[in-house]
Amino acid sequence: MATTEKMTLNMGPQHPSTHGVLRLVLELDGEVILKATPHIGYLHRGVEKLSEHRTYHQTLPLTDRLDYLAPMHNNLGYVLAVEKLLDIQIPERAQVIRTIMAEMTRLESHLVWIACHALDIGAMTVFIYAFRERETVMETYELISGARMTSNFFRIGGLSQDVPPEFEKKVRDFVSVMPGYLDQYEGLLTTNPIWLKRTVGNGVISAEDAIDYGITGPALRGSGVDWDLRRDNPYSGYEKYNFKVPVGEKCDTFDRYKVRLVEMREACKIINQALDSLKPGPVLSDYPQICYPPKENVYNSIEGLIHHFKIASEGFPAPEGEVYQGVENPKGELGFYIVSDGGNKPYRMRIRPPSFVNLQAIEKMSKGSMIADLVAVIGTLDIVLGEIDR
Amino acid sequence: MAENNRAVVRLREKFAASIIEVVEFRGEVTVTVKKSDIIPVLSFLKQSLQYNLLTDVTAVDYLGKKEDRFMMVYQLYSIPVKDRLRIKTAVSEADCRIPSATQVWQTANWLEREVYDLFGIIFENHPDLRRILMADDWEGHPLRKDYPLQGPGREPYKGRLS
Repeated sequence: MATTEKMTLNMGPQHPSTHGVLRLVLELDGEVILKATPHIGYLHRGVEKLSEHRTYHQTLPLTDRLDYLAPMHNNLGYVLAVEKLLDIQIPERAQVIRTIMAEMTRLESHLVWIACHALDIGAMTVFIYAFRERETVMETYELISGARMTSNFFRIGGLSQDVPPEFEKKVRDFVSVMPGYLDQYEGLLTTNPIWLKRTVGNGVISAEDAIDYGITGPALRGSGVDWDLRRDNPYSGYEKYNFKVPVGEKCDTFDRYKVRLVEMREACKIINQALDSLKPGPVLSDYPQICYPPKENVYNSIEGLIHHFKIASEGFPAPEGEVYQGVENPKGELGFYIVSDGGNKPYRMRIRPPSFVNLQAIEKMSKGSMIADLVAVIGTLDIVLGEIDR
Repeated sequence: MAENNRAVVRLREKFAASIIEVVEFRGEVTVTVKKSDIIPVLSFLKQSLQYNLLTDVTAVDYLGKKEDRFMMVYQLYSIPVKDRLRIKTAVSEADCRIPSATQVWQTANWLEREVYDLFGIIFENHPDLRRILMADDWEGHPLRKDYPLQGPGREPYKGRLS
């Protein structure tokens, strides 16, 4: 009589579909996964430790490098947390531009997700189309900040600079054609029999389990939980915009795919509404102790020079206390928890990474499925390793 | 006001003896409780007050600043009511252990592993207490305040030279 035994297989850290350096140790019975154990930490750079040794302004560029597919959203979470700690207000125009860029970032992140997710499952065409659209978002980043990925565009108290005049047209053109492109992706995937076979019924996690595992963002909404921080605990002026929060039913990879596609359409609507409300005005608050003065003041007035020198050399003291600010990152809830002891650096800064918490559920979602389906589960969780390892 | 917070009112009724401090700062309520009651308090908040999402578990090292060196921090969120609550409890260096919250939430598993890895706090009854971000054979716990920024065995950072 034939006997079978369990096999242990190493997947990664250099597997082509691991989205970064993720290593999984699989326990297999034939081709069926009994247990998938993630091993992470290959990209650990000690961002939380570093931030304890840098002033509040100096910590900002580190946050770009967490979820490098959604840099502006990380900046947003961080500056909102510091602004909450300092209890300062920002100008209307800066807030609207922040929201526009946050939603552009959501589009970018979801475009990379659909491209890589489809490529992992074997649909190569979508990858090429989605990266074409992503390029426009990258050009917008470059237009306003000079950088394509690590934008570092927001500042505590507003923005680093105003956007150039061509910004509005560029964004409006993009969000007017984007729904058409989304129709193209849907045409390629939504009714594609191979896509359906690979995604329907794959990676099922019930709403109760998803909450128990702390899953947030589109992955949680795919399991039918109607919760979105932008609507339920609004920040950065999201209460002013009308948008729908899509919710799935069957808790599988296909429903999460549908949720993210609707989210992209809603992001276009939010951007359009925000562009309509964009009025001229200042983009940085006037708090001389906290915000950098305009360059012309630095060159032409002694006060400006002193303020610039003070902020650049020693930063600003923050009140003693602790704050937590969560934002709806494209991947889930990104939180910044800052403990201040009254000094010019955070005493402790904790980043609540959505991908890290979501990845934990992979063991539950892949149990009993085939090895090939594990790749679909990794894709549907939409993880980014820069943020998991920090 | 913090005293009118729905969770604070109920906790004062049920766990009057174990509440050490209630603070409100920037509209966020923080309740500090005794370590021995941490799991009953968390389960009560989850079962009776609908704080069903454990957003985050982390720690803060108050080396030389407070009597008990570490402070465990639990960030709770209620999806039905949509409000937040922060629960804290002190852990001393001499008795650097605390019961694990994995019996209340699955998500505490990795979050507590990270605290163990970076702070060296031991979680009792944790199903899989291993390092998670650092290598298995790493020595020391990097987020402790007495752990050098440059890493062990290297010259300490003296600030920018230029």
